[in-house]
Amino acid sequence: MRVKRVEPNTKQPQTASKVDLSLMDPLITTLRKKRGNLIPILQGVQRIYGYLPEASFYKIADETGLKLADLYGVATFYAQFRLKPVGKNIVKVCHGTACHVQNAGKISRSMEDTLGIKDGETTEDMLFTLESVACLGCCSLAPVMMIGDETYGNLDQKSAAKIVKEIRRNEK
Amino acid sequence: MEHIQLTVDIGSSGIASGAGKVYDHLRTIVEKDNLAVNLKQTSGIGMCYKEPLLEVVDADGTYLYGDMTPELAEEVIHSHLKLNVPLKQYVVHSNRIQSDHNRFLDDQIRIALRNCGVIDPEKIDEYEQHNGYKAIQSILSENLSTENIIQTIQDSGLRGRGGGGFPTGLKWKFAANNVAIEKYIICNADEGDPGAFMDRSLLEGDPHAVLEGMIIGARAMGATAGVIYCRAEYPLAIKRLNIAIHQAREKGYLGKNIFGVTGFDFNINVKEGAGAFVCGEETALIASIEGKRGMPRKRPPFPAASGLWNKPSNINNVETLANIPWIIQHGASAYAQYGTEKSKGTKVFALAGKINRGGLVEVPMGISLEEVVNNLGGGVPNNKKLKAVQLGGPSGGCIPEHLMHTKVDYESVTATGAIMGSGGLVVMDEDTCMVDVARFFLDFTRKESCGKCTFCRVGTKRMLEILTGITEGKGVIEDIDKLLELGEQIKKNSLCGLGQTAPNPVLTTIKYFRDEYEAHIIDKKCPAAVCKQLLHYEIIEDKCTGCTVCAKVCPTNAISGERKQVHYIDQEKCIQCGECFNKCNFDAISVS
Ligand SMILES: Cc1cc2nc3c(=O)[nH]c(=O)nc-3n(C[C@H](O)[C@H](O)[C@H](O)COP(=O)(O)O)c2cc1C
Ligand code: FES
Repeated sequence: MRVKRVEPNTKQPQTASKVDLSLMDPLITTLRKKRGNLIPILQGVQRIYGYLPEASFYKIADETGLKLADLYGVATFYAQFRLKPVGKNIVKVCHGTACHVQNAGKISRSMEDTLGIKDGETTEDMLFTLESVACLGCCSLAPVMMIGDETYGNLDQKSAAKIVKEIRRNEK
Repeated sequence: MEHIQLTVDIGSSGIASGAGKVYDHLRTIVEKDNLAVNLKQTSGIGMCYKEPLLEVVDADGTYLYGDMTPELAEEVIHSHLKLNVPLKQYVVHSNRIQSDHNRFLDDQIRIALRNCGVIDPEKIDEYEQHNGYKAIQSILSENLSTENIIQTIQDSGLRGRGGGGFPTGLKWKFAANNVAIEKYIICNADEGDPGAFMDRSLLEGDPHAVLEGMIIGARAMGATAGVIYCRAEYPLAIKRLNIAIHQAREKGYLGKNIFGVTGFDFNINVKEGAGAFVCGEETALIASIEGKRGMPRKRPPFPAASGLWNKPSNINNVETLANIPWIIQHGASAYAQYGTEKSKGTKVFALAGKINRGGLVEVPMGISLEEVVNNLGGGVPNNKKLKAVQLGGPSGGCIPEHLMHTKVDYESVTATGAIMGSGGLVVMDEDTCMVDVARFFLDFTRKESCGKCTFCRVGTKRMLEILTGITEGKGVIEDIDKLLELGEQIKKNSLCGLGQTAPNPVLTTIKYFRDEYEAHIIDKKCPAAVCKQLLHYEIIEDKCTGCTVCAKVCPTNAISGERKQVHYIDQEKCIQCGECFNKCNFDAISVS
């Protein structure tokens, strides 16, 4: 079910010093009055910060008149939105039908081993976040994964591990 | 080297295989050597299994080279262009060379895909050179009436390619009959079926065809604005759509008084999806465009009466719309000449899974599954036996080998218990466990259920629990009947198409592969050796060298043995993780 139970968060909203909320200003200015702007605003915010900082919700609500509850409801409904910071590189391992029958599980395990994190987690150095997704649309190349905007096909455990190791090396 | 045309196929699959590097390298060579050739890019001929592709068209004929690398492409330039000797070993399709690969393209009837892999999708001029925007222009110059356009679509027999198969002309008629000042035409490019990529390839390869289809629809129904709802996982499709829209606006094909016709105002915007399968459903999609959680609602009212912003709206799939300009141009009967009595025209399929030639094909309706898989797809690789073909994704089902003569048309496919769906065709061989496949789909639908209605929300969860139990060896024989009963209930009582079809993968696998369910439940065995908990690992004494690698990787210390001595697995401690099997360098571990 898409509706997740969320623990109530009693902490204060993140202080503006942590994330520079003014980065959102142009986005809000262009979309403030548009019909159906809620999802594009959240998508825009996520494009800026990589995730949806808690404080951004308050700012959007204040400046657009959208309800906090609606914002939060939408943010938790769609798989795209993240409420926690993510790594610089998001590794999306495909678990669509074609990739599943071509043993995508092995690719995920190889990634978990290489990165030392589980599905959905982020490495401590904030370089990688590991996710599984359903179909990247390159099914003939299954198994497939995507890092950033780059898609890699016909993978096996070794070649997949090699790809992230190389990215890690280049980041250092 | 007169009039030589070099074309590199740069779509998502191509890029993932390295087509971008091939193109860049070619451009460098062409510039450096000042070659008198025309180098261009295109997208999505569909031969994904041979990507990156480079096509050379010279005075003699056409040669499509596959599996290109920058180095090989350079070799092609050298040998084919400079010495005039085509490198036959890399040619995957040619009108000059006989090969079985040719069938992949030659057996197709390409209507929706007519321009894919032919034109540069980022250039409106190329689309226009290939009869682009001629259909709408002829409608306007001949002043064809709304009824006339809709009648042509009805006569063509075109049915919705998004899965439902509803007659497109009729749908347009409903929307046309609802008079309103504001009216919408929506293109469904959410393509949620995991294992399908028809719409992505179409949008990447021929975005203008979809725009033209929408403009014609707008003319026929009196729509005032268009929205393309495209999934966010398709960045290249979104980029090319936006380029196409921009170009069309500049030419006056979108905007106010388009094509110079006073009062014909129509504009199109792209909305990015946010990752929810259920948003492919019409009412959920509308809710999502309006900025709400993508939850379906009860119908009626149907979108044709009250859709986006409570205005009459018409929703069509990408492929449906791409067919429209062709039908207008060539006439209804030209389209209806293909297909069967109730399913006319052609259908695009995305071939994937255990198949030699995976990719995108467009075939006439009425062709058999066998022909698609064997003639076009080249059959199953590695001499394995085909077990089933999955059609329709999470809403569809598995058609077993003995029904491969089934015709591809809406009625015949539905009769098997599967559905035609949007065109995802995943081939499964003897190494695929059908219980695991059913569990896979239920896991998907359970996660994607929006939670609004109980049967879908709780029912899929219960079905998944039962299926997981079976794959873990905890099933009891009554489980099969429970799944059947639960499945029927969910189908009957769910609110939207997601729940109404979610049990299909389970029901069809029970129908055709009951023996596999029983093997899991009674014998506690997975015949395809997929379900981990049912596997049995053993060390082959003759092959074990006593290298100790397996003992080291075993997380439960289930493997013991002295160095240089044969090792043993304690079956009590073994958790079937398969680590030893993966790490053994001597193939000394058997799995059954
Ligand atoms: C759960 C669910 C998911 C769907 N996903 C899609 C999709 O991804 N693309 C699509 O075109 N139609 C999808 N449909 C079908 C649409 O609701 C709708 O019937 C279709 O877009 C209508 O266009 P057509 O008549 O041209 O096929 C889906 C339906 C359901 C119930
Ligand atoms: S199933 Fe993995 S890319 Fe489609």
